[in-house]
Amino acid sequence: MARAVSTRRKIGFTIAAWAVGLAIFFPILWTILTSFKTEAEAISSPPSFLFFDWTLENYTTVQERSNYFRHFWNSVVISLGSTVLGLIIAIPAAWSMAFVPGKRTKDVLMWMLSTKMLPPVGVLIPIYLIFRDVGLLDTKTGLVIVLTLINLPIIVWMLYTYFKEIPGEILEAARMDGATLRDEIIHVLTPMAVPGIASTLLLNVILAWNEAFWTLNLTAAKAAPLTAFIASYSSPEGLFYAKLSAASTMAIAPILILGWFSQKQLVRGLTFGAVK
Amino acid sequence: MATQHSRSAARIMISPAVVLLLAWMIVPLVLTVYFSLLRYNLLMPGTERFVGFLNYKLFYQNPAFWTAMLNTLLLVGGVLIITVVGGILLAILLDQPIWGQGIVRILVIAPFFVMPTVSALVWKNMFMNPVSGLFAEFSKAVGLAPFDFLSQAPLASIIGIVSWQWLPFATLILLTAIQSLDSEQMEAAEMDGASALSRFWYITLPHLSRAITVVILIQTIFLLSVFAEILVTTNGGPGNASTNLTYLVYARSLLNFDVGGGSAGGVVAIILANIVAIFLMRMIGKNLDA
Repeated sequence: MARAVSTRRKIGFTIAAWAVGLAIFFPILWTILTSFKTEAEAISSPPSFLFFDWTLENYTTVQERSNYFRHFWNSVVISLGSTVLGLIIAIPAAWSMAFVPGKRTKDVLMWMLSTKMLPPVGVLIPIYLIFRDVGLLDTKTGLVIVLTLINLPIIVWMLYTYFKEIPGEILEAARMDGATLRDEIIHVLTPMAVPGIASTLLLNVILAWNEAFWTLNLTAAKAAPLTAFIASYSSPEGLFYAKLSAASTMAIAPILILGWFSQKQLVRGLTFGAVK
Repeated sequence: MATQHSRSAARIMISPAVVLLLAWMIVPLVLTVYFSLLRYNLLMPGTERFVGFLNYKLFYQNPAFWTAMLNTLLLVGGVLIITVVGGILLAILLDQPIWGQGIVRILVIAPFFVMPTVSALVWKNMFMNPVSGLFAEFSKAVGLAPFDFLSQAPLASIIGIVSWQWLPFATLILLTAIQSLDSEQMEAAEMDGASALSRFWYITLPHLSRAITVVILIQTIFLLSVFAEILVTTNGGPGNASTNLTYLVYARSLLNFDVGGGSAGGVVAIILANIVAIFLMRMIGKNLDA
């Protein structure tokens, strides 16, 4: 027996852990529940937890009144667009740093990371003015460009740490067998690199979806993704709890589901390999 | 051995990323520093002129700047204390043998995936609202007067909201680190009669020190830039009570159109972030050698 655990101890820890877990999750659960209430029930006192007339009217109202799906679509385009563009730029860079490291590879990596440390507010004004002058304010293109650039260091780093784990001997063996660089990339590296690329894609879609500094400052009505659209509920509109909840639930549900699949990658991606 | 050929190919493959990041970093940075030395107001186009360090001096003399600096420190410090202490306790709890560990873990990390504007508005309206929020309901139920969180204690309320968002991050990283702890060492200590507290103090905590440092540094970088949560809850108010440096720069430049003054604030923010970044980069750099 490695470690005998008394059942009583396990019960105690289980209750404590579930209590804490549910408490932390409660605001999300409450939002989801409220989204199915009528506005009157949403502010009823005392609040009803489960026993209310479940309704979907908030979801339809939110869509009708504010064209919700346009903002949802903006979020999809911006987060996927910036991630894919980022991958296209980052894959060759990470590949060459992992497999053909030079003397300055480490410096380049560290320098890329340092660009991520630049506080957005330090460059907000020039970017805003440049975007205004070239007509990129409140466009999806503009946001894709900015989000690609702010997440590029994370994408390069994540890919680098994954590529680093692909053993170099395999490449050498392939070369011995007369594989060209093209064969090497298509038949040897790609299959081994796909899981790492997929994880990177996942984490970056999450980060881009939730990004709320640039999206708030560079968009107005037209290109606003969900982060900026939901912010419009900070007006008295937000007091319609059921509608706020419906809009919020739809905004967080896709990412909540994706996020649960990416727990491991999250640690790796956000600590730049410092904790594994 | 890499050949000359593959080396030049490597250089070509890496250059797009380097050039883009270089442009992204240098151009706005130079412009921000340049703007900070100008009198430049968007409402008065054509009146820009060089004023040296006047904007910095005005910032320095403006009490709002010092309030914002203090608020920034309180916000970062408060959230760090709550999330690191809470994260350690939670990580230890989740590391115990429990039923449904996977599900509890999912519940705990969920807030991290909620976009900042949603979490801030849900807390503001459905929990902290003094008339119909859940906290007000709770106060009424136990016979207390409802507390108006966001006007009575705006900064503390925002610290609470931001902590809720970042606690999962700290927990997840610390849990990953705890799980790499050698269980034999723990068992040996347990057999030698070490109490739970001294096992925590002499084994777990030292083992976690590196992960704790990483959590502190990374969170600090992000927390210095908290913006959306303030924008949708208090707009930095009442007065300047919940204005941090990021929000102050935003208000200066995009609400008051004072590009020069805002840029000076931006430069201060860059310097602050860099102080933290130097330490973080060292830690990550060390890891890269290994």
